[in-house]
Amino acid sequence: MTGEGRWTVQQSNRSARLDRAASALGGALNGKVVDAARIVDLLHAVLEPGDRVCLEGNNQKQADFLGKALTRLDPQRVNNLHMLLSVLSLPEHLDVFDKGIAGRLDFSFSGPQAGRLAKLAQTGKLNIGAIHTYLELFARYFIDLTPRVALVAAEMADREGNLYTGPNTEDTPAIAEATAFKSGIVIAQVNRIVDKLPRVDIPGDWVGYVVQSPTPYYIEPLFTRDPAQISEIQVLMAMMAIKGIYAEYQIERLNHGIGFDTAAIELLLPTYAAELGLKGKIARHWALNPHPALIPAIEAGFVESVHSFGSELGMENYIRARPDVFFVGPDGSMRSNRAFSQAAGHYACDMFIGSTLQIDLHGNSSTATLGRIAGFGGAPNMGADARGRRHPSAAWLKAGQQAREGRNTIPRGQKLVVQMVETFREHMAPAFVERLDAWQLAEQAGMAIPPVMIYGDDVTHILTEEGIANLLLCRSDEEREQAIRGVAGYTPVGMGRDKRMVENLRDRGIIRRPEDLGIDKRMATRDLLAARNMKGLVRASGGLYDPPKRFRNW
Amino acid sequence: MSSYLELTARQRIPAMFDAGSFEEFLPPSARVASPHLAELDSPVSFDDGVVVGRGLLGGHTVFGAAQEGAFMGGAVGEVHGAKLAGMLRRAIDERAHAVLLLLESGGVRLHEANAGLIAVSEVMRAMLDVRAAGIPVVAVVGGANGCFGGMGIAARCANTVIMSEEGRLAMSGPEVIETANGVEEFDSRDRALVWRTTGGKHRYLMGDCQLLVADDTAAFRAAALDAIADLVQGEVGLTLEGLLAEQDMLARRLQDADGASEPMELWRRLGVSDPAGVPMLEADAFLALAARHRAGLQPAASGTGER
Amino acid sequence: METLQFRFGQGSRPLAGNAQLVGVVGSGNLEVLIEAVPLDGACEIEVHTAAVGFGATWGAVMEDFHARWSLADARISINDNGATPAVVSLRLDQAVESLISPAAPSTGGTP
Repeated sequence: MTGEGRWTVQQSNRSARLDRAASALGGALNGKVVDAARIVDLLHAVLEPGDRVCLEGNNQKQADFLGKALTRLDPQRVNNLHMLLSVLSLPEHLDVFDKGIAGRLDFSFSGPQAGRLAKLAQTGKLNIGAIHTYLELFARYFIDLTPRVALVAAEMADREGNLYTGPNTEDTPAIAEATAFKSGIVIAQVNRIVDKLPRVDIPGDWVGYVVQSPTPYYIEPLFTRDPAQISEIQVLMAMMAIKGIYAEYQIERLNHGIGFDTAAIELLLPTYAAELGLKGKIARHWALNPHPALIPAIEAGFVESVHSFGSELGMENYIRARPDVFFVGPDGSMRSNRAFSQAAGHYACDMFIGSTLQIDLHGNSSTATLGRIAGFGGAPNMGADARGRRHPSAAWLKAGQQAREGRNTIPRGQKLVVQMVETFREHMAPAFVERLDAWQLAEQAGMAIPPVMIYGDDVTHILTEEGIANLLLCRSDEEREQAIRGVAGYTPVGMGRDKRMVENLRDRGIIRRPEDLGIDKRMATRDLLAARNMKGLVRASGGLYDPPKRFRNW
Repeated sequence: MSSYLELTARQRIPAMFDAGSFEEFLPPSARVASPHLAELDSPVSFDDGVVVGRGLLGGHTVFGAAQEGAFMGGAVGEVHGAKLAGMLRRAIDERAHAVLLLLESGGVRLHEANAGLIAVSEVMRAMLDVRAAGIPVVAVVGGANGCFGGMGIAARCANTVIMSEEGRLAMSGPEVIETANGVEEFDSRDRALVWRTTGGKHRYLMGDCQLLVADDTAAFRAAALDAIADLVQGEVGLTLEGLLAEQDMLARRLQDADGASEPMELWRRLGVSDPAGVPMLEADAFLALAARHRAGLQPAASGTGER
Repeated sequence: METLQFRFGQGSRPLAGNAQLVGVVGSGNLEVLIEAVPLDGACEIEVHTAAVGFGATWGAVMEDFHARWSLADARISINDNGATPAVVSLRLDQAVESLISPAAPSTGGTP
């Protein structure tokens, strides 16, 4: 091709799609607004075989109306789509593969669909490009995985296509920007179309089409944990985390991976941590979804700021009433942003702490299980040393110094990456293993490398009910292995320890047991939790927190 | 505030009785466990899930029991039932001041089949005999597993039932109703509905529970002391008059409920202006509201324990 | 169900007082009955457990328990419903502490 057309192929193609849509929809298209009943016609018009299509499958919110519409396409007309999703959460995300509408997938996390994904991948109907972290996937939208069409969800739109996402902004800004500025087309399903938005989260210039869905977009409350389910062992581990790590390193900026273990820490801040005189010294700035379990710590004055990846059902009014803490727009509702929060968790936090399913003798940590391709979500971004970081903090310098003491290297800081796990999981499955299931999964699913959530190189501490292993202070693979065995309790890995070496590691402070931290195990009861049930959280919030139905008995 | 709900049965006893006053009959060291469970190769408990004995409450000799909801749901097996019945009969023999039952049970322990059924019926018979002997019986229902099945019936054989809103009291369990009649009839996974139907606030409004307290051991203890102090002043046994009044109340209640398919409708009919707001009220606010509206407010003939 | 028995001779710490019980036989939990019984200075432990085939793990837990407390003339009887070693060790320690310092309210000792 010669002449001007050579450099504007994508743009011309985009115009052609818009023309097709206008033709096909006629009066059902009013400016940017499309009749919901004609959504399949719109998609047939703007999609072409082989397109890269990004569908919001976010962690919390789902563009479910658009996702279902995709499954109703005629595979003769639209096929071989290359799907890009942060999260495969709904059955229809995989139905498009079953029906031959889509053929290739790049994603980050698959939660409830992990088993079916594994099966489909085996049939050959679904080719996985790669599994990513969230931030990694967004990054590729700007390099080599730019979406041609993006299907997003928002609360409201105006007739110019401006979008209001409210608290559930999540991935939308990253997806929409990449798509809009590379000749792509953004289609948004919204709960309502209004004359004036409370605020503009996505400018109308970026948006091609808007459709009002018959029912509000689906949102999943993933970050709510009922305090009634927190056990004494989890309270003990939370005490160790606070005294042995948070206080020790003065952790002011952090991210918690979701789980009951971290919920226990959150609920111990106003009680145990306060008793230790730690208010104002730790846990001040958070990259965190609005966990209901954090409410008592906020109310007690521990928490100065929280930036969130997404929102959490039921927390809207509480957030609205605490604009000094959360990121809130001029309209009063929260604005979240997964891409920025992930970057914040990576670069601006001094510690990540989360749980896992398996840890091997090098400290490699995996949530991979056989028969399920679950992916990673955002944990690897938080749970990794930020080698590009340059600004210092006390915690970062101390960790870096512990890692490099006595070694001939240039001084550097290091992020704390803590893996917190009970030595045995349900049905007496050991959390510590010689070989991760991830190896077998990689073979099964034809992956290039085993899917590891957090690499041993990045893990700085392993915390179990038996104590804390400080891997920063280890100076050889052997010391590292024994430090891990030393906190692996009665699992086969733990029982295989070299007793003398482990005692030596304890003498040197590389392994610290609860007693070494000055923790009285008898204090590890549920009485220490600032709230012990959902009602307690509601009370702590002054009635502002409104838990979703499934968490309430009222 | 110390949660009653969070405590084990063995922790509830010293929280309710005067400090250090409780003497346990057939303690765990006696190892009187269930022969049936052992035969079924199922774990047993040294006390078969119930603590029975005698202590002081406000200085008076009170016999008592606490069921352990975490062991087999607090369900009553042969030994468990025999311990309860035996304690009740001994209370009569020793002319106790009162009997205090801390109930948390799914009802009959089906594993033990007929032995479990008989056990529960013996408990009911013994409770009524205690009352006939002029000894008041107070039932406390505040555990996480609630009080269901045969023990739900047994609870209503007491003079006075004390509940927290977290407690639940009913005969058929929610899952049973759903299995038998379908999810449209009763969605057992709708926890809010389950508590509206079987929880302490509903029971209090309907008159099945005479005292409602916050989930706090001190509040439960105080309520038990008050209830007993009240009851000893009157007739605690069943009387014909009392039973007829109860029958009247039940008939009226049935009539007033005609056509209603949701507890909030019943509350509305009682005159509660914001039924949807009831579940979120704290105990004090709820009691103030309920005082004006609850069923069974007509002066009760002595003997039913209605307040 | 599996029954396991352990005996540790020459303990150095005798107990005194009434039998105590901690824990409940709920899912993932256990009850521990501890009694002061003349046993020629030994500590005897009997476990009835619903989790079959973990004898070696129980053995290791009991060895460490004995290393911690070295009880003499003590009988410990356990009904277990699938508790992890962490919970088992916790309850064992709570049981001993209920005898040593009876004013520990949270252990749920005999009332």
